Amino acid sequence: MEINKKKEKDVLVISVSGRIDAVTAPDFEKNLSESIGAGEKTFLIKMNQLEYISSAGLRSILAIAKVLKTKEGKMIFSGLQGPVKDVFKISGFGSIFTIYDTEEDALKQF
Amino acid sequence: MDDNLQRIVVPAQLKSLQKSIAFVSSFTRKLGFDSRRLSEIELCVEEVLVNIFNYAYPGEPGEVEISCHSAPEGTLTIRIVDSGIPFNVLSSDDPDISLSIDERHIGGLGIYFVKQLMDRVEYHRENNKNVLSLINNGTATNRPVG
Repeated sequence: MEINKKKEKDVLVISVSGRIDAVTAPDFEKNLSESIGAGEKTFLIKMNQLEYISSAGLRSILAIAKVLKTKEGKMIFSGLQGPVKDVFKISGFGSIFTIYDTEEDALKQF
Repeated sequence: MDDNLQRIVVPAQLKSLQKSIAFVSSFTRKLGFDSRRLSEIELCVEEVLVNIFNYAYPGEPGEVEISCHSAPEGTLTIRIVDSGIPFNVLSSDDPDISLSIDERHIGGLGIYFVKQLMDRVEYHRENNKNVLSLINNGTATNRPVG
């Protein structure tokens, strides 16, 4: 798993590639928690390059989303592919989160 | 397709995950599943294993045996055996996937994926062991998601 971050206006764009599984999910969660600690409130998680996510990854996403909500922030997503898209659908995450096709579409909302 | 069986035994700890998934993938890749199905199978194996790693052997070391079997007619069976606490994953409640971010509980999703994605899941106790079988009816089955 690799994480890259950039700032677009008030949105922290977080590109995550590779795999978020039970081994890498804690690193993912820690990385995003640090951004919350640094005062970031709006996260766009870009998943174009994410090949795989398991329930451990979803658990981390949910944990971060809950913290962001208490700070009146939010987390949105873009570019879900193949198996990642399926996992979001089956888990219901596709309904509880806002998901855009592309980063561009997502950033237009701000 | 020939009858084929391979098995591996790993320590019941998170460090074994990568090796275990690689073992299963190297077996399933030869069977002609499409990449989406391969990924779903990997996911189910991870969910079952992580559950065992986390809960089967509290405070003590243990082992997990994983065996992959493909029958001539194409049925793939992945059998996962541990000698930890008796636990039937099939008896666990499904999470409520309609809840909002605030209400949604963390957990329960992994086993739900297994139940949703595998064609058949069987659990039984054998010689004081938990035996879980993940069964796929060959490569040509249509599986609508959701």
